[in-house]
Amino acid sequence: MATGTEPAVEVVDLARTPLRELNARLHAAADEPDAPRSWRVSNPGGRHAIAVGLDAPFEVDVEGHVGYYCAGMNQHAAVRVHGNCGVGVAENMMSGSVVVEGTASQSAGATGRGGLLVIRGDAASRCGISMKGIDIVVQGSVGHMSAFMAQKGRLLVCGDAGEALGDSIYEARLYVNGAVTGLGSDCIEKEMRDEHAAEVSALLTRAGIDDVDPAGFRRYGSARELYNFKVDDAGEF
Amino acid sequence: MALRESALFSREVIAEIQRAAREGVYDIRGFGAKRRLPHFDDLLLLGASVSRYPLEGYRERCDTNIVLGDRHAKRPLELDIPITIAGMSFGALSAPAKEALGRGASAMGTSTTTGDGGMTPEERAASKTLVYQLLPSRYGMNPDDLRRADAIEIVIGQGAKPGGGGILLGQKISERVAEMRDLPPGIDQRSACRHPDWTGPDDLQIKIEELREITDWEKPIFIKIGASRTYFDVALAVKAGADVIVLDGMQGGTAATQDVFIEHVGIPTLPAVRLAVDALQELGMHRRIQLVVSGGIRSGADVAKALALGADAVSIGVAALVALGDNSPAFASEYERIGTAPGFYDDWQAGRDPVGISTQDDELAARFDPELGGRRLANYLRTMVLETQTLARACGKSHVQNLEPEDLVALTVEAAAMARVPLAGTNWIPGPPRDD
Repeated sequence: MATGTEPAVEVVDLARTPLRELNARLHAAADEPDAPRSWRVSNPGGRHAIAVGLDAPFEVDVEGHVGYYCAGMNQHAAVRVHGNCGVGVAENMMSGSVVVEGTASQSAGATGRGGLLVIRGDAASRCGISMKGIDIVVQGSVGHMSAFMAQKGRLLVCGDAGEALGDSIYEARLYVNGAVTGLGSDCIEKEMRDEHAAEVSALLTRAGIDDVDPAGFRRYGSARELYNFKVDDAGEF
Repeated sequence: MALRESALFSREVIAEIQRAAREGVYDIRGFGAKRRLPHFDDLLLLGASVSRYPLEGYRERCDTNIVLGDRHAKRPLELDIPITIAGMSFGALSAPAKEALGRGASAMGTSTTTGDGGMTPEERAASKTLVYQLLPSRYGMNPDDLRRADAIEIVIGQGAKPGGGGILLGQKISERVAEMRDLPPGIDQRSACRHPDWTGPDDLQIKIEELREITDWEKPIFIKIGASRTYFDVALAVKAGADVIVLDGMQGGTAATQDVFIEHVGIPTLPAVRLAVDALQELGMHRRIQLVVSGGIRSGADVAKALALGADAVSIGVAALVALGDNSPAFASEYERIGTAPGFYDDWQAGRDPVGISTQDDELAARFDPELGGRRLANYLRTMVLETQTLARACGKSHVQNLEPEDLVALTVEAAAMARVPLAGTNWIPGPPRDD
């Protein structure tokens, strides 16, 4: 039963409202103290660049499938996509969270510098490419070249990982529960110590996943052999 | 018998073979292409005479202002001069050097550009108009700086290395550079050559839309390409929605690239301008989308000739660094100590620049005075503008942008074919006749 004190939810129907207006309103609302904090976007219809450049602790629910770059460069907002995502969901995210209830296309969380990206289904190739501090939790599996040139942050995969995981990785930490088809250049399996097990448990908790055993994960990261040019490494690239 | 040097195995070639045999790795260096290439020197401007009348130097107006990015952006750039400062990274350059570029550009009412390492507060504060680059590495990329920028430049490539990613060697990855790039200090950093979240022109169009949405359609979007398949690349950049196309010929500078890449990949600036203008004209977008040309611009003569071929503006990198003090004879003894000499120094990758420009060494960087450097750059820009106006007035133009191909002739058959202007003294333009 409604109490009359529930926060107002601003509903924006993209079947009637231009995308430009949605994003402009979300941006303007960040500076308005009385603006609604909860937003619902209906009929996304696979449009690109939905809810990008947010810079306020809003809750934004997108009711359906989205195209490229949903929640790109997010700061502070909690965006939830009740559907599947196209390329580059939460690209370059700085903070806040993005939850994808379906699956995600390639380059999910690309270059993200902070915040949490959760994908309930699978993520395609290059998940976490060039990540720079973001945490990514994939409840399903990830495709090939995931965490390519990953610099910082954590990628946790509850399912399997495709070929060339962590190719040319820097200091990001990768955890995979299932099978890894193959590791990329300079990516090696590393010992799971207590602090890593705790990290896995914490990431699962933050992602709201309670049916996966943290003890099953293996850790991967950089061998740091390619950090400086050495002629004898030429064959490794 | 007199000593006879081989043309094929010159002393330079022999020295390089010996170096490669000794070190077992390719040569990485800064600067730009050093080989002789067809260039603006191979063109001449036709001054006015009986058939055309000139404007009075120093008396009649010859305007230099330009607008960049008015195709879609709410806030296009309005610059006083058609010469901008090209993207050069903090990392490749010291923070005081970046600040000096901003000071010099601002004093002359033009823009400067960030680089592969993010935006520094010094640079933003010193630059009235700052173009923020979005590169494949996305080092330091963040939405606050996007909003702080005056324009956004999506870098697809640069003339020194079309198809190649950046390099910054460990000796220049200081704590501050490492922090800005989210990398460990001291590593040899290799930037990606492809963007991480888009592939091909259709994706690029969507990427541009995202950047416009993030910044509420305020900022002009530039696309920077290295000159190679220029006609097609420009056409696709137009299709993707660029407001401005930045075209960097193979003479364009670099802070660190393999010598073999610098000297052997891409096409010179001269033919690239012609191809870019062809593409823009055929799409009906010449002057609606502005063309900024870089790669070997050194003087007002180069500026005037580039504009006459159809560019809207030019951009300088190496020349701007030289104006700041790079390769200065005042540091001759210090250059000698590191095995080089003023006029030859190109080890910008090494971080030992005695002038304090291409370094992250605090002691060396402290030698460089950003105020003085900014003044020198402004002086140099002012000189180039005066030269450009002088030449434009001589051709009877009341705005430098009114220079046109008809004002040009070529000194060589190659330049005539590439620029598609007649060989001097003839009406002959080599090459197949155009369809039109």
